[in-house]
Amino acid sequence: MSDTQSPEPKGVIARFLAAPPDSVGKTIFIAVAVCLVASMIVSAAAVSLRPVQEANKLKDKQINVLQVAGVYEPGIDVAQAFAAFEPHVLDLATGEFVDDQFDPATFDDIAAASDPELSEPLENDPAGIGRKAKYRVIYLLRDENGALDKVILPIHGYGLWSTLYGFIALEENGNDIYGLQFYQHGETPGLGAEVDNPRWKALWNGKKLRDDAGNLQITVAKSMPAAGPDFYIDALAGATLTTVGVDNLVKFWMGDAGYGPFLAKLQAGEI
Amino acid sequence: MSQTKKDLLVDPLVDNNPITLQVLGICSALAVTSSLQVAFVMALAVTFVTAFSSFFISMLRNQIPSSIRIIVQMVIIASLVILVDQILKAYAFEISKTLSVFVGLIITNCIVMGRAEAFAMKNPPVASFIDGLGNGMGYGLILMLVGVIRELFGSGSLFGVTILETVNNGGWYVPNGLLLLPPSAFFIIGLIIWAFRTWKPNQVEEREYKIQQVEAH
Repeated sequence: MSDTQSPEPKGVIARFLAAPPDSVGKTIFIAVAVCLVASMIVSAAAVSLRPVQEANKLKDKQINVLQVAGVYEPGIDVAQAFAAFEPHVLDLATGEFVDDQFDPATFDDIAAASDPELSEPLENDPAGIGRKAKYRVIYLLRDENGALDKVILPIHGYGLWSTLYGFIALEENGNDIYGLQFYQHGETPGLGAEVDNPRWKALWNGKKLRDDAGNLQITVAKSMPAAGPDFYIDALAGATLTTVGVDNLVKFWMGDAGYGPFLAKLQAGEI
Repeated sequence: MSQTKKDLLVDPLVDNNPITLQVLGICSALAVTSSLQVAFVMALAVTFVTAFSSFFISMLRNQIPSSIRIIVQMVIIASLVILVDQILKAYAFEISKTLSVFVGLIITNCIVMGRAEAFAMKNPPVASFIDGLGNGMGYGLILMLVGVIRELFGSGSLFGVTILETVNNGGWYVPNGLLLLPPSAFFIIGLIIWAFRTWKPNQVEEREYKIQQVEAH
């Protein structure tokens, strides 16, 4: 910078600070300097806080698996309780575990849904998810004798405003529902967000997916379907579209395009 | 500036409140006030960002070229907002999930920009910091007022603690669903502005027009 107006000679920095801020050189310098400092602060924060954030996300997901399986109590050691769950990577089309191809502990099936290698576009897409991952991470919970007790399956689909992500827990026969829980959604508080209401979630316990003939009958609706109360969950008052979304996504994931092949194997006792 | 530091802090609470007098920052006030806990964290976040952005901008005020001053202000504000967002994700994960995009949207909160441009560019750092603090608190005060009304009558609880047992949970109170939707905050903020201006009539804006009667020719 050449600043000839300074009355007495000063150091480079002092002369620079005294220079009029509107000169071209100073404008560029300030822009670069502010951006550099700001980006350093932001990236330092992002990098240093990442491990804590990742741990939070993982813990949140684990808590949700525990909750849907009905073994969560406030204050328990989440990591220890979660160790009882057996993760598997499931090939949806065949209903077989493919743990030798993917590591169940690190496989991210939400990310896989946008990877062309690991997913496929959906033509018939009632759940509104666009693409379906070919593989999903599911969890098996065994009792103390090693017999299968519960199966926890991840599900997601579009509600009114947002994609709802959650888990459904089934009994060992692959047909009786133990519970359903969403861990992430952006539905209207008080209306659609009542999917989190414990009283509504309790309605799912003991319902059945398929009738004796093997037809998928589970329904979330305002009025009872012909199949009867065993297959019926009452709609959320004031949240018609969220209800329709939940109905669609449960039917989709429990149907043949979703976990159908796996559930058939489960019922046949092949898992 | 003839204002004392205490004035800088207290003035924006009622007399010069950013929401009720200047009618700024309404958008986020609509979005985050359906539950008090979220409103409280949002108020803290905005206060933090306004105070520190005013502080840093004021420190640089003699060096910021006027041609890029808004961009420089935005860079400083945006960095602080990202910082807040990252900290919330790390240490208040549950709340950051509910606040979701609204933390990021603090960048667009007119109060932050307004204080940077109107006050911090012309005043020393400490005064700017206090001014930012005061305005953030003024914003927070209205947020909490709206939040109390919306959560109490919309969900029957305060800070998540049940006050009025709702019918959904086996109680007697039929919650007012409208209060949980953003438009209700419009009505409540409107009523609060009315109340404030009735209490302090000098806040009433002068009419920009006057209805005149013209004699027929």
